[in-house]
Amino acid sequence: MDITDFYETFFEEAEELLADMERHLLEIDLEAPDAEQLNAIFRAAHSIKGGAGTFGFDVLQKTTHLFENLLDHTRRGELTLRRDIVDTFLETKDMLHDQLDAYRNEEAPDQEAFTRICQTLQQLAREEIGQELEAPSGTPGVADAAPAAQAEPAPTPDSTPADSQTTESASGEQTLIVALLNVGEKDRGLLVEELGQLGTVQDQHGDEARYEVTLLTATGRDDIEAVMCFIVEPDQLQIEPVAAAPAAPSASPTPPEAAEAVAASSASDAAGAADAKKAEAQKAESKKEENKKEESKQEGSKPKAKKAKAGGESSSIRVSVDKVDQIINLVGELIITQSMLDQTVSELDGITHGGLLNGMSLLQRNARDLQEAVMSVRMVPMDYVFSRYPRLVRDLAGKLDKDVELVTEGESTELDKSLTERIIDPLTHLVRNSLDHGIEDPDTREAAGKPRTGRLTLSAQHQGGNILIEVIDDGAGLDRDRLLAKARDSGLSVSDTMSDDDVWQLIFAPGFSTAKEVSDVSGRGVGMDVVKRNIQGMGGHVEIMSRKGQGTTTRIVLPLTLAILDGMSIKVGKEVFILPLSTVLESLQPSRDDLYAMAGDDVVLKVRDEYLPVVAVHSALDVEGAKTELNETIAVIVQGEGRRYALLVDDLIGQQQVVVKNLETNYRKVPGVSAATILGDGSVALILDIADMHRLNRAKKEARRPQRATTDHSTLFRTEEEPS
Amino acid sequence: MTSLTRNADHAASEAHNREFLVFSLGEEEYAIDILKVQEIRGYENVTRIANAPEFIKGVTNLRGIIVPIVDLRIKFHLDTVEYGGQTVVIVVNVGERVVGIVVDGVSDVMTLTPEQIKPAPEFGVTLSSDFLSGLGSLEDRMLVLVDIDKLLTSEEMALVESVGE
Repeated sequence: MDITDFYETFFEEAEELLADMERHLLEIDLEAPDAEQLNAIFRAAHSIKGGAGTFGFDVLQKTTHLFENLLDHTRRGELTLRRDIVDTFLETKDMLHDQLDAYRNEEAPDQEAFTRICQTLQQLAREEIGQELEAPSGTPGVADAAPAAQAEPAPTPDSTPADSQTTESASGEQTLIVALLNVGEKDRGLLVEELGQLGTVQDQHGDEARYEVTLLTATGRDDIEAVMCFIVEPDQLQIEPVAAAPAAPSASPTPPEAAEAVAASSASDAAGAADAKKAEAQKAESKKEENKKEESKQEGSKPKAKKAKAGGESSSIRVSVDKVDQIINLVGELIITQSMLDQTVSELDGITHGGLLNGMSLLQRNARDLQEAVMSVRMVPMDYVFSRYPRLVRDLAGKLDKDVELVTEGESTELDKSLTERIIDPLTHLVRNSLDHGIEDPDTREAAGKPRTGRLTLSAQHQGGNILIEVIDDGAGLDRDRLLAKARDSGLSVSDTMSDDDVWQLIFAPGFSTAKEVSDVSGRGVGMDVVKRNIQGMGGHVEIMSRKGQGTTTRIVLPLTLAILDGMSIKVGKEVFILPLSTVLESLQPSRDDLYAMAGDDVVLKVRDEYLPVVAVHSALDVEGAKTELNETIAVIVQGEGRRYALLVDDLIGQQQVVVKNLETNYRKVPGVSAATILGDGSVALILDIADMHRLNRAKKEARRPQRATTDHSTLFRTEEEPS
Repeated sequence: MTSLTRNADHAASEAHNREFLVFSLGEEEYAIDILKVQEIRGYENVTRIANAPEFIKGVTNLRGIIVPIVDLRIKFHLDTVEYGGQTVVIVVNVGERVVGIVVDGVSDVMTLTPEQIKPAPEFGVTLSSDFLSGLGSLEDRMLVLVDIDKLLTSEEMALVESVGE
């Protein structure tokens, strides 16, 4: 076993601890800080420090060490929190995150930033509590001895508060006997080596059942334990001060749980209820360690651990998306096999084979349920997205001198994991826009008769097969006249009689910005068109509702998942294709009178008062044996990327939900096709990309023109693809 | 030579022996590294892909995975290309990808010693010697050893997106 095996576990855990820390820092009430929250923040810093020390992440350890000391003063009430102090803490947290990332990428962390943050923290300590923080030493916890002595007994079996106080506070250094119970030889070597880094190993002896190491160290016992817990279970470890050691029996019969309870209760007698809480929290933490340890054992070389949130019991596991996708694939296959069986069985006589038929219908129901259940595994709550905005809003509002309150609604609404990741960027942009352009500064708001504090609401809700995500601000609203004027300046064709909705859509035009001046928050006009494009790329769309003086609501409508698509299956010749149902407006049988030939071989179709270009699937995709008489075909009116046209197909087969399969996994991008799916008979059908079909059709027509000697179609298409 | 040293020699040379799956395209015998082969299956249910080169027959469903099917007979300009019950698809793993190749038939698995693998001479236009790892000589048979990785990821196969696109 190599210690590097645990790096990933540590990184993941540290990342969650940092996220926890940030959440608490943002939530904390400056007037009356909650002791439990302060403790939670301290604990997070402490745990990261312990891990960083074990793995030799020096810079990270030193930074957390300073940070932890400050936090310790805070939770003991010696340092009163102010907004700017919280800001500094948040900054420190960001720095820790950067350092963590650096270690993760096996790079050296930014030394300059490290020095700067250390100075900031030291200065804060000087100014606020009038004392220097102890300089971080190579080993964790020189300064720890003090808080440890004062605060709580380590949750170690056989320890009593009195013991720890006398031995630890007498001098910086103490002699401890660390006993390793039932630890294998390989791990033992590693542990002794670790201990050697924490202090001086004076003596070591024993067998596998009990191996004693005598250690002269300045490190507190809970630190040693925290370090060791990355390798062994907490109940495999006994740490005793050497003074008390001779009397201590070598076999400790007390179960660790009970011993901890004793320790906790005696602590509450001695040092008050707050400490008891902490001891309990530590217990919970050591349990967490246990869980993690077990899982990482099972996972072997790639440990994936699951941590409980804020000390609660863990009720979920971390699984790689690949595994989930594999299960989804297999269930899809099961459904196909089941429907094939179903077809065969349906030809049997119902009376003689009643049992079989019953079984089949049961199988069908179970298979569908299974599919639904498996698909739901990919869904994550929107909280995953929303939770990153409190910080952003706080920072931005500070920068812009605005008072903004962030409200989130519908955090538990679930969305496909892959979509949540892709929604973050566009949503961030919208939030920034609302803060920068939407919500006014406090004075302007007051003058307009509105509360000084602006309100930004993020909400999510389900509606049918879609999710609606809204960014609502109570700011100034969009200015119709200014938008129109700006549009004219940019050379867009607009008229004063345009509907509000059409005017609002103008802000999605590339290069469009109405900000009076460019700030570093927004206003360069590269944003909204990207937002729109991203969301369309996810199969959704954006709507804007705005009322002057009352605010703006931006609504994003997204399909719940990318893995399943509502499709319309169509037939051309003998081939079956799928059209995304969201792009289909209507379908009709064109009569000869409504078809008009244009220059060249172009045809347009008149639908009510509109002339739509016609794209024949068989010509764009070279399908043989398709109906070529225009009036025998069916025209499906489709809309993609704002273009509306008529797609000529032979037959409509029906609507169905299809599982989307990527073509590019094993093949490449195909013009006119977005993905593939597997039909009930096990064959593959291609899902058409409506916007791309139109481009493909034009490219084909170009290629067919006689004056251009067409040699190779594929070269032509390749050039056509290049801009994308 | 004692039997002991002979055994050692045997073991040493065995380490360099490679196993090949032999398949036929028309009259010729080709072979690919057996470690690249995932499975062998029949030719069925292939969905055509428009605007693709002729030798890309389309895609098929391999237990939920969409796999492109390449007909090497068309790629190598063989005279007769027929699809029947005997037409075989060899599913190979190339890097991260899974690709099916259509061949006339699969005959056997051969073990070749390093001495049996001769360097490939400069060939004609159809099959560049870049895509060959050598020629295997086996008594009166000659196997064309195809470097399937290089062949299928090459630009002319149009299976992978070319760089810059």
